[in-house]
Amino acid sequence: MIKGKFIDNLPKVYGIYTGGFLVFIIIMAIAEQAGMTAKMIGIFFVSFTVLIYALIGWLSRTLQTDAYYVAGRQVPTVFNGMATAADWMSGASFVAMAGGIYFKGYGYMALLVGWTGGYVLVASLLAPYLRKFGCYTVPDFIGTRYGGNLARFSAVIVLTVASFTYVTAQINATGTIASVALDIPFEIAVYVGLASILMCSMLGGMRAVTWTQVAQYIVLIIAYLLPVFWISNNIGAGFFPHFMLADEVARIAELEGQFGFVKNSAADLATVPKGLSAITKAHSSVNATPWAFISLAVCMMAGTASLPHVMMRYFTTPSVRTARRSVGWSLFFIFLLYSSAPMLATLSKISLMDPNLATGIIGKSIAEVQALDWYQNWNQAKLMFVSDFNGNGTLELNEFFMKGSAVVLATPEIAGLPYVISGLVAAGGMAAAMSTADGLVLAISNALSHDVYYKIINPKAETAKRLIVARVLLVLIGFAGATIAALEIQGILGSVIWAFDFAMSGLFFPLVLGVWWKRANAPGAVAGMLLGLISGTAYLVWVRSGGSGFLGITQLTFGIVGAAVSLVSMIVVSLITAAPDAATQKMVDDVRVPSGKTILGKQH
Amino acid sequence: MSKQEQHWEKTRNLLFITLAIWFVFSIGIFLFGAEMQESSIRPFGYPLTYWFTCQGSLAIFVILIFWFAGRQEKIDDEFGFTEREGDQ
Repeated sequence: MIKGKFIDNLPKVYGIYTGGFLVFIIIMAIAEQAGMTAKMIGIFFVSFTVLIYALIGWLSRTLQTDAYYVAGRQVPTVFNGMATAADWMSGASFVAMAGGIYFKGYGYMALLVGWTGGYVLVASLLAPYLRKFGCYTVPDFIGTRYGGNLARFSAVIVLTVASFTYVTAQINATGTIASVALDIPFEIAVYVGLASILMCSMLGGMRAVTWTQVAQYIVLIIAYLLPVFWISNNIGAGFFPHFMLADEVARIAELEGQFGFVKNSAADLATVPKGLSAITKAHSSVNATPWAFISLAVCMMAGTASLPHVMMRYFTTPSVRTARRSVGWSLFFIFLLYSSAPMLATLSKISLMDPNLATGIIGKSIAEVQALDWYQNWNQAKLMFVSDFNGNGTLELNEFFMKGSAVVLATPEIAGLPYVISGLVAAGGMAAAMSTADGLVLAISNALSHDVYYKIINPKAETAKRLIVARVLLVLIGFAGATIAALEIQGILGSVIWAFDFAMSGLFFPLVLGVWWKRANAPGAVAGMLLGLISGTAYLVWVRSGGSGFLGITQLTFGIVGAAVSLVSMIVVSLITAAPDAATQKMVDDVRVPSGKTILGKQH
Repeated sequence: MSKQEQHWEKTRNLLFITLAIWFVFSIGIFLFGAEMQESSIRPFGYPLTYWFTCQGSLAIFVILIFWFAGRQEKIDDEFGFTEREGDQ
């Protein structure tokens, strides 16, 4: 129904979709003026966009394995770039990143560098070669290149550990947003989020996820950029914030000097709700050691190149050449949001801090701030808090507390933008979390259905049966993720960073050396994957349980330990065991050349 | 040396150049974060290190990938290893 013709008409289809979405925003803005309540606007935004994604998911249903696993390998370069950007940018990027920059400054911005720099590794070391391989999943590559079920199964283990850590955080994020926007309890909202995620992926697999992710990217980028540009223009900071906020950055540094960073006593902090913090670090100065910055960036870069839900997006392009270019487009679309996050943090801070602006609250009387509408709303939602620690009746910098996610969610309201923008931001956050969750759930269930069920357990299974197993696993994984998310045991950002470290520990070197080192063999790869994952996890557990760590490697950078062990064990074990046979060496030679047939057939 | 070996040698050299540029802007310059911040070079008026973390390094990565893709396509063309219709 939407075969070739749909592919040819992509720019038109998504052009109409974007236009329709903008019209929807305008209608909501008019409805707001006509007296629609904020709550209704929120409900309309989230449910309308989610229904559209579900519709796309239903239209993309399929009964063919190559469409289910790799979207029929016909996703054009630029659209695959958009889908990857949505796949990549999670609830953490959308909701938490600007807040992290707002509170932690330079030390946190290592994530910006790491989460973009990793794409250079993807483009140059892996994506084009894995595309030439013609695999359906990442363990499919490991299993075929190294040979043997043990290597394949080890890759599935690493993939599952990393992706599952990541996906619980994303389902948690969809639940948080759905519960705020739809005004339902979190425990129920998690399953509403899950239902939306499954609607997008169950019937059409990778094909459905691809086309919903493109739609989700369009929503999330509009939702992120519109407030940034609007606020910047509103406060007269410049019509193009990215190039024009230097004065504001300098002004924040000046105000920080004026207000000073007063350290709150432990007794005072005990009265602050959990998870909220005050500004304690300078906005733009270099406040982390080179090693702290670089080690975090390195982990995020290597993790980027090892996370299967990203890598599998490049299996969907029509050719090796388009896979390579598609990585560039992915990073371009990611860059649009990432380069805006520090600008949003700057605008949010200046709006709150500068006494010359109408929105500034630092230096005003506590009673006045507590009477503000937006303060009351967000205080009720447990995202903001003020307290007069020093008893002088005036709000000081160290007396204003906010949750990281409030920087994105509340700034439009603080800066006096109409509520329709807040509704839009909620829809954007939902799109970001859903698109990543889709990719991750699909990565896990594809690995289990294709690699474990079809390749290891039942190689004779027919297509129809394989696809039923794939869908059943998808639902099971989704429910498992939602159940753990409902327990709320970990924060969103922390577990996302762990996922990168897990992926880096177990998969980075086995993937890279699979292409770049012909001598690498199955025992080496298995040792690299398992010892890397085990040592990284052991280090994490040790540091979490009070261990002192070494070389300044923290629980956020344990991937360095895992990857180092992985590299050494992979090389040593490969060299003391027999070299790969001639057929395998020939396979590696073929992978290195773009022309010719893929290693694995179109349907396998 | 066979055609394929020559192709791989060129590909590998391109990889080393790409990774060298990547290293400079993702790791190298941040060894000198504090020093660069004081520099009088201020792109768009931002402090230098701050600008690199917000925009500079990120934009360089985008350009680097497109440059790399273009060069690799030239290498593939040179040895006749570019994909043809029906290869897949």
